[in-house]
Amino acid sequence: MTERPKPGFETRAIHAGARPDAATGARSTPIYQTTSYVFDDADHAASLFNLQSFGYIYSRITNPTVAVLEERVASLEGGRAAIAAASGHAAQFLAFFTLLEPGDSFVAAPNLYGGSVTQFAKSFPKLGWHCRFADPNDVEAVDRALGADGKAIFVESLANPGGVVVDLEPLAPLARARRVPLIVDNTLASPYLCNPIDWGADIVIHSATKFLGGHGNALAGVVVESGRFDWFASGRFPAMTQPDPAYHGLTFAETFGDFGFTMRARAVALRDFGPALAPMNAFLVLQGIETLPLRMARHCENALAVASHLERHPKVAWVSYAGLPSSRYHALARKYLPKGAGAVFTFGLKGGFDAGVRVVEAVELFSHLANVGDTRSLIIHPASTTHRQLTDEQRTAAGAGNDAVRLSIGLETAADLIADLDQALARG
Amino acid sequence: MLRAMIDHDHYPDSLIRDVLRRCRVIAMVGASPTWVRPSNFAMKYLQAKGYRVIPVNPVAAGQTIHGETVHAGLGDVPDRFDMVDIFRASDQVGPIVDEAIRLKDAKGISTIWMQLGVRDDAAAAGAEAAGLVVIMNRCPKIEYGRLSGELSWSGVNSGIVTAKRLRAP
Repeated sequence: MTERPKPGFETRAIHAGARPDAATGARSTPIYQTTSYVFDDADHAASLFNLQSFGYIYSRITNPTVAVLEERVASLEGGRAAIAAASGHAAQFLAFFTLLEPGDSFVAAPNLYGGSVTQFAKSFPKLGWHCRFADPNDVEAVDRALGADGKAIFVESLANPGGVVVDLEPLAPLARARRVPLIVDNTLASPYLCNPIDWGADIVIHSATKFLGGHGNALAGVVVESGRFDWFASGRFPAMTQPDPAYHGLTFAETFGDFGFTMRARAVALRDFGPALAPMNAFLVLQGIETLPLRMARHCENALAVASHLERHPKVAWVSYAGLPSSRYHALARKYLPKGAGAVFTFGLKGGFDAGVRVVEAVELFSHLANVGDTRSLIIHPASTTHRQLTDEQRTAAGAGNDAVRLSIGLETAADLIADLDQALARG
Repeated sequence: MLRAMIDHDHYPDSLIRDVLRRCRVIAMVGASPTWVRPSNFAMKYLQAKGYRVIPVNPVAAGQTIHGETVHAGLGDVPDRFDMVDIFRASDQVGPIVDEAIRLKDAKGISTIWMQLGVRDDAAAAGAEAAGLVVIMNRCPKIEYGRLSGELSWSGVNSGIVTAKRLRAP
């Protein structure tokens, strides 16, 4: 009974979740462009609706193309199961809807993607969910913010946009002691650079729109469950451990064990709110993931070259890239991101806000838009765009102060990117 | 039969596949007549995959579940069976395993399977010493679904990386 060793990351990036199509042998993952699936008979239909058999009902809940993406990302993150959603924001919603009841609260890092800060601080309160912000690299501050009633800790492993690396390892024992899940958004690192589950994360969230898809052509989100959180021992999540009347008294953590969270996110949150991922988008993201290891290596190499150049530029006041030895997060980057510090970072201009705006407008090769993690290099001024709805204090905490320009370094020739920034800086 | 020590935290796929291929008749201890209980629909699923599942449950003895008569104890099952699948709390497992060891030769039992969340290492050691294969804290329905690819339909990581079509155990 010899077993093959666990396949490497590159092998799983290509093969995990995908097998030759059962019916046709098609080797590339087919795009199952269908809303629904024929039942064998009434009994089969009933058992599917009751979650008593494995099978497809309706593409709002499961779809064969989407399922390949889910298993692929679960494998790359070292998780037990995953659920895909129409966007990273939708993925976050599915995760929190599965965890929280009205009146519940959780703690998040203040240095997050601005859209997440807004989702947590502005929209979640309308559902009765309350977010308290605390510096994730200060465990005692996180513990204080958690208090007696906080039910989750949410951080970004590599924060957007500031080049901030979160010290994950000390957060895991805190989460365990408080019997709450540690949720890590791993979007900017991608599973190639960091696997938060290895550092104790219970749930990992991705905007797969970014480096996973990698080509700027499809929105997608994924929630990965580690399978290690003991819902019964925690006792703080009734949705997982108490019979669900909508499913004839089925208890998700009992029936599905270490993938109960994913099953409930799917069978309740995704079913009832409907932010399903389109199969075409799942296919595009899968296509991207096949080359994730190659792309991430080049993204990091190019980013380091550009960041190093900017750091020496006379018009640049500061560069916040954890791959640079000058970064206060360099040691954490070497620990958590040994293969590279990602490709998204910020820099500030000595000329301040106005100079930053001029550079954004003067570049020729960088695309001025609100995304990251594309093959193309991207540029934006966060304070007036992605982080616009935040207060000045929140923007500064998020690493998106008024003078900050965010770059997402693509796969072009590094020298061309440097030349483009040089000409823009010369005009700025 | 010489058998390597089994690591009960990590079962190789080959072991699970071998058990699910070899064991065709399963005595399910704790099978519930209530259709919403996991044991009830695990039984139904395994029947649909070609297994014969004989329910054992003293509380429901004499009743019928999915066409099979419920027996009070393992010793009351008239037919031979390959596997004992235990849907009981961990602290109830010991006597069931002891009885399975006593009945091993008479019934042709080769395997003890304890369900998700059910684990008794002492009972497992006794059964292994008696020559039985023991699987703990797993569900045969979930494992069958995992190895056949059905579990992947729900986004669960099967751990299987292959360029071949998946086949049922």
